[in-house]
Amino acid sequence: MKLNKFWFIIAAVFLIGIAFTMVADNEFYFYATYAVMQLMIMGIAWNILGGFTGYVNFGSGGFFAAGAYTTVFLHRAFDAPPLLIAVLVAPMVCGLIGLGVGYFTLRLKGVYFAIATLAVAIILETIVVNWEFVGGAGGYYLLIPENVVFFDSYIEWLFVLILAITLIAIIVSRYLNSSKIGQGLAAIRDDELAAESMGVPTLKLKLISTTVMGGLMGAAGAPFPYFITFVEPVSAFNLLVAVMAIAVPMIGGTASWIGPVIGGLLLGTIQETVTVNISSELNLLIVGVVLVGFISLAPQGITGLYQDFMRKRRKGND
Amino acid sequence: MTEPILSVTNLTKRFGGFVALDGVDVSLGDKERLGLIGPNGSGKTTLINCISGALYNEQGKVNFEGSDVTGTTASSRAKLGIIRTFQIPRPFRSMTIIENLLIPMEYAASGRMESRNLRDQAMESLEIVGLQDRADENSANLTQIDMRRLELARALSAKPSLLLSDETMAGLSSSEVDEVLDILFALNGRGVAVIMIEHIMRAVMKYSERIVVLDAGKKIADGSPDEIVNNRDVERAYLGE
Ligand SMILES: Nc1ncnc2c1ncn2[C@@H]1O[C@H](COP(=O)(O)OP(=O)(O)OP(=O)(O)O)[C@@H](O)[C@H]1O
Ligand SMILES: [Mg+2]
Repeated sequence: MKLNKFWFIIAAVFLIGIAFTMVADNEFYFYATYAVMQLMIMGIAWNILGGFTGYVNFGSGGFFAAGAYTTVFLHRAFDAPPLLIAVLVAPMVCGLIGLGVGYFTLRLKGVYFAIATLAVAIILETIVVNWEFVGGAGGYYLLIPENVVFFDSYIEWLFVLILAITLIAIIVSRYLNSSKIGQGLAAIRDDELAAESMGVPTLKLKLISTTVMGGLMGAAGAPFPYFITFVEPVSAFNLLVAVMAIAVPMIGGTASWIGPVIGGLLLGTIQETVTVNISSELNLLIVGVVLVGFISLAPQGITGLYQDFMRKRRKGND
Repeated sequence: MTEPILSVTNLTKRFGGFVALDGVDVSLGDKERLGLIGPNGSGKTTLINCISGALYNEQGKVNFEGSDVTGTTASSRAKLGIIRTFQIPRPFRSMTIIENLLIPMEYAASGRMESRNLRDQAMESLEIVGLQDRADENSANLTQIDMRRLELARALSAKPSLLLSDETMAGLSSSEVDEVLDILFALNGRGVAVIMIEHIMRAVMKYSERIVVLDAGKKIADGSPDEIVNNRDVERAYLGE
């Protein structure tokens, strides 16, 4: 019953998205919702490793950039192949990087792990800066194709693509959260030694976690070069990207798959509204204030607040 | 003694330059109840850690049910049925009491569970330790004593064939100690071998068929409870000279 409802909503959202491209013609809406969804995917991806598994890290932004640069590489190497190919290849590349990084850093705990992942992001950035083929430090211009099939404009196609990636990210995250794997990840987050003693293959599960995190981050980054048409390392690897990805589940709640979905919607919407109506500098300030507010007042995020509320109400009824 | 279920040979564990275990040999018969005693810091928990795989020993071997498990992960040993409790309870704090039990049922014992509803099977373990009415409470808010009960229930849910019980009874009242002893006797009656670490002498003496004594990382005695009580070395280790 519950399962059917979930799949119904997923299908409905996708169809509404398609319908949206047919009726709306102000491109601003597509740019704005694209940005919200990109943020949401990054929040979902970060949360799989940082929230479900408890490995808080600042390096996730590097995987986003690696996804974007996979697209740039393919664009240059194969004379602008369809974006869909990059969207399929980037998660594999970034998932593999996640697996490798996980293998070498997961023995570290807490703050050491967080710093090691940051170092990984810096290494990736250094590689890109020095790799002229993908534009090096100067960046890479990428012309969006003039002809789009089926849609009125390229941004509509990008919008549908990121919508599909978002829904897939939600499906993957929900599966990981509610399956046996999710229980194992929660056990790792609570107490890794106890988890291992109770038969949870912690190394294997942590590697699954980093691989999926990397893959989803890469998927979020793959269409990005087409979205902004000019990629350069400093903005792609911006630490702010990583901070935003952390803020999303922090606000929504880290324990469940729904947390980053809610957090992404909320934060993304605030961000877009403020950027458009006021200024992008103020936007950052507001994100900061919201984040600090949640961390100090509601560390379990919105889903935690909701659970507390329900618990109190149930107690009240007893 | 029948074919040993566990045999630890020449096990040495160092922490930096400090030798926590020094060439320890222990073997355990099928369904045997072994007491492991020794003064504070003598290496009892370290030995449990090495048997369960929580720590790797740089020297010596651990054999379980005829196969060499030295160097394998704790989770793979747990799957084989080597299950330990923690001296300082380590519940999964974000989970309810019953969810804590589902972890070993889904993992350590996954191949060995009955096909019945897992929750029902978990409830049975909770009934054994007397936590059945609190199954859905959060485990983080339990008292120390109840955390020990949970620790034991979680270990039972993992369907051990060898249970390594590390001071499960510390802090319990005399009647509670008897309850836990009953639980462990019943478990053993179902064919589970048990190594019990305990400072409560009455309990170890009553429970153990055989007792191993550690002192400063060395095994200084190995024998029946009567032999241990009358052993001069043991007396010296405990009382000093
Ligand atoms: N991870 C570790 N790192 C360094 N030293 C350790 C470690 N674990 C244990 N030790 C040391 O090894 C020695 C044996 O400790 P262990 O915990 O095995 O003793 P024990 O017999 O279980 O004592 P107790 O009865 O107090 O529980 C102690 O001196 C302890 O300080
Ligand atoms: Mg100890």
